[in-house]
Amino acid sequence: MGKRALVIDDSRAMRRVIANILTERGFEVLEAENGQVALDQLEANPGIEVALVDWNMPVMNGYDFIKAVRAQPKYARLTMMMVTTETEMSQVVRALAAGANEYVMKPFTADALVEKLELLGLL
Amino acid sequence: MTPSSADYDYIRRLVQDHSAIMLEAGKEYLLGLRLQGLMTRHGCADIPALVQKLRSDRSGALSREVVEAMTNNETSFFRDLHPFETLRKVIVPELIRRRAAERTLDIWCGASSSGQEIYSVALTLREHFPELVNWRLNIVSTDLSREMVQRGRDGRYSQIEVNRGLPAMLLVKYFERSGMDYYVKPDIRRMVDFRELNLNGPWSGVPSRLDIVFMRNVLIYFEDAVKRRILAKVHDLLRPDGYLFLGGSETTLNLEDRLEQVQLERTRCFRRRH
Repeated sequence: MGKRALVIDDSRAMRRVIANILTERGFEVLEAENGQVALDQLEANPGIEVALVDWNMPVMNGYDFIKAVRAQPKYARLTMMMVTTETEMSQVVRALAAGANEYVMKPFTADALVEKLELLGLL
Repeated sequence: MTPSSADYDYIRRLVQDHSAIMLEAGKEYLLGLRLQGLMTRHGCADIPALVQKLRSDRSGALSREVVEAMTNNETSFFRDLHPFETLRKVIVPELIRRRAAERTLDIWCGASSSGQEIYSVALTLREHFPELVNWRLNIVSTDLSREMVQRGRDGRYSQIEVNRGLPAMLLVKYFERSGMDYYVKPDIRRMVDFRELNLNGPWSGVPSRLDIVFMRNVLIYFEDAVKRRILAKVHDLLRPDGYLFLGGSETTLNLEDRLEQVQLERTRCFRRRH
């Protein structure tokens, strides 16, 4: 079985795009439409290795999700990559400081996403 | 629409004469892809119209633009990743030991395109080897295209480009945003000397002895006689313990036997045969 990834984005179309890129590279993909649902998914699926996280979502945004995950030692090994339309340098700094491991700006190409996964040692 | 073979041959000869780069038969579709923007700028409706204009191009300016547009500028930061890992883990530590007395490193990127490759080298040195701060780092990056050389000097990249292969941590540390673009900070830009250079012509400005040479994914565009000439010159400039990086599908085999392949981690490098 491939590595398990969790794609968190309130846009169903965006979740599909990212899931397709990951599935083609052998990942098993789970999806969540906001940070709160994603926390529930993590709890129910302990084998998730990487979360790809949108920033702006209803209920719980990606930034709060990352902080919530990093506050729990049991998820210390979870790799998190922000995938967002936020392109200001200050936002990249905030995401990394909160505990994101990588950052991809939308719009992105499949190559860009794959190269970041390689940087993280996931491919 | 696919251009006629006469038009394709005209452009193929033009590119070969100016750069020694061979455009293969069967790649006619590339003309439309690469030249569309240029044709629009010059008011040419199609390839035949462009070729007609090229035939009367006395100044050579249009020919030069076509050559630049047709030469491959595909690149990204830390492209293929593992050569930079090998640089960081093996080669630079080894050279730091060997050059401890002279405290000098000479590095050349021979097909720098828009600069991402040589900036990846500079960022690797700055980020991981603070001890080099008092060394003389002579980092030269050359490309055939005047436009690409200027892009490298400017160190200006779009969002799409900084998305490609550049770790976010390095982005926030060594780049600054202005408008919609991201600029390499001046202290990193100052590390690299960008110059225009045709690999098939005289090599002015290339350091006379080299510790590390990046010449990735450029030899594939040359015919064998040109490849041999280039590799012989690299051999002569490479120090006995220096390293040459070629692209994944490139080799020195049957082209320059005085260079031998060495496998370092996941990377194939080349050194002078001892």
